[in-house]
Amino acid sequence: MSKHFLGDTAVLLGRSLRHITRSMDTVVTTAVMPIAMLLMFVYVFGGAINVGSDSYVNYLLPGILLITVASGIAYTAFRLFMDMKSGIFERFQSMPIARSSVLWAHVLTSLVANVISLVVVVLVALLMGFRSGAGVGAWLAVAGILVLFILALTWIAVIPGLTAKSVDGASAFSYPLIFLPFLSSAFVPTGTMPGPLRAFAEHQPVTSIVNAIRDLFTQQPVGTDIWTALAWCAGILVVAYLFAMNTYRRKIA
Amino acid sequence: MTARQAHAIQVRGLEKSYKEVKVLRGVDFAVARGGIFALLGSNGAGKTTVVRILSTLLKADAGTAGVNGFDVATQAAKVRESISLTGQFAAVDEILSGRENLVLVARLRHLADPGKVADDLLDRFSLTDAGARRVSTYSGGMRRRLDIAMSLIGDPPVVFLDEPTTGLDPQARIEVWQAVRELAARGTTVLLTTQYLDEAEQLADRIAILHQGRIIVDGTLAELKRLLPPAKVEYVEKQPTLEDVFLALVGAGGRGGDAGEHRISTQTSDE
Repeated sequence: MSKHFLGDTAVLLGRSLRHITRSMDTVVTTAVMPIAMLLMFVYVFGGAINVGSDSYVNYLLPGILLITVASGIAYTAFRLFMDMKSGIFERFQSMPIARSSVLWAHVLTSLVANVISLVVVVLVALLMGFRSGAGVGAWLAVAGILVLFILALTWIAVIPGLTAKSVDGASAFSYPLIFLPFLSSAFVPTGTMPGPLRAFAEHQPVTSIVNAIRDLFTQQPVGTDIWTALAWCAGILVVAYLFAMNTYRRKIA
Repeated sequence: MTARQAHAIQVRGLEKSYKEVKVLRGVDFAVARGGIFALLGSNGAGKTTVVRILSTLLKADAGTAGVNGFDVATQAAKVRESISLTGQFAAVDEILSGRENLVLVARLRHLADPGKVADDLLDRFSLTDAGARRVSTYSGGMRRRLDIAMSLIGDPPVVFLDEPTTGLDPQARIEVWQAVRELAARGTTVLLTTQYLDEAEQLADRIAILHQGRIIVDGTLAELKRLLPPAKVEYVEKQPTLEDVFLALVGAGGRGGDAGEHRISTQTSDE
């Protein structure tokens, strides 16, 4: 059954990567919203926000990167939903291929598309004055956290992609995920928030991930934040993966 | 075992319910190798459910089904190697070109020379000129032909066609019929579902009528006709049907040569 898994996944990955290169607009629109936020917060609100460091763009970028991923995975759900709806999913499932390769191709495509969007956002941030003295190791650590974050959110996106009844339903789940960074240390330090909100903000996954990335960029000691961040990402990844696989198995009978 | 070998498809006592609704209530039929078998029924009769069970996309609640000698429940992988499914809606990738669609399926079937397989099929289905174009620019008939071409890659011995001509114009329908006949001529077993009586009449060696979850009759066209009182001889003025007129005027094209049987020639007044 799985003797062709890698080959079949590669063929199907090639197919969905073609979808991306032929509709670069989806990758670009994924990056547009976070870039607009970056511009607005840095140039409109940034002057009035005191984050206790020299440059607000340096402070803001980690949160914007997470928002980029949160909006990017809406397209993962969308692409999967379109395959389910068009019948090509059933065609693949009735063929003698490794069945889970259909899903893995979508997951890997999501990874590639999100990485492209992230690179675009980072380039814009560099133009806006984002600077980091981080070495290769720190950049690799940031990349590792982001890849883990993309995979965790991608497996969440697989669930509505498989079960949604409409296009809107397939991508609506990403709105709360896009909103979550606002209730974290991504835009402002949590210290200024009222008690209960602050308690939530300091204990939700985004804060630890944002803090870990920020510390890596600013060459601060990452402390326990990075372990909390990794634990959140890995935890979400495992739970979402099990849930998605279970949904998938029920779907393909 | 011998009975299994003789039949390409063997279905016994198949039952399936969706929540409270009993869609199949004990379906039995068998399809001989190399024939065209039509499963006829109105919308919602359960035709698609039967096809989905036979193509391992759905599990039956009760009963057994064998395809090419393999059980759909316990030997699903073997069944998938023996079949191809052309679903109700053309399952083609709109963003890829026609040729890329064919190459994709050939590669997933692990064939040696996907490019050549694709080019041969484009030629066979008169799609060579459109091969490099994105499928989103194709007409309904072209899309359906591509869909069927994709199903033939790897020469599966059993092909399921679920309502292959629904939504097609008369010319495209004739093109699809032609493709199905060629398929059967090569020894492929075809199970076809349709709600069009003339389609079953035109194509099938055997016809089964699925009604309210059961097969109510199963036989050759001649056998089905014998179920009714013998034909009376009546004299009826032979009028061309609108379809005859339409096809004669627009020209069914080289592909639909089969329409010639009942094609009229329009008399022009310049003689």
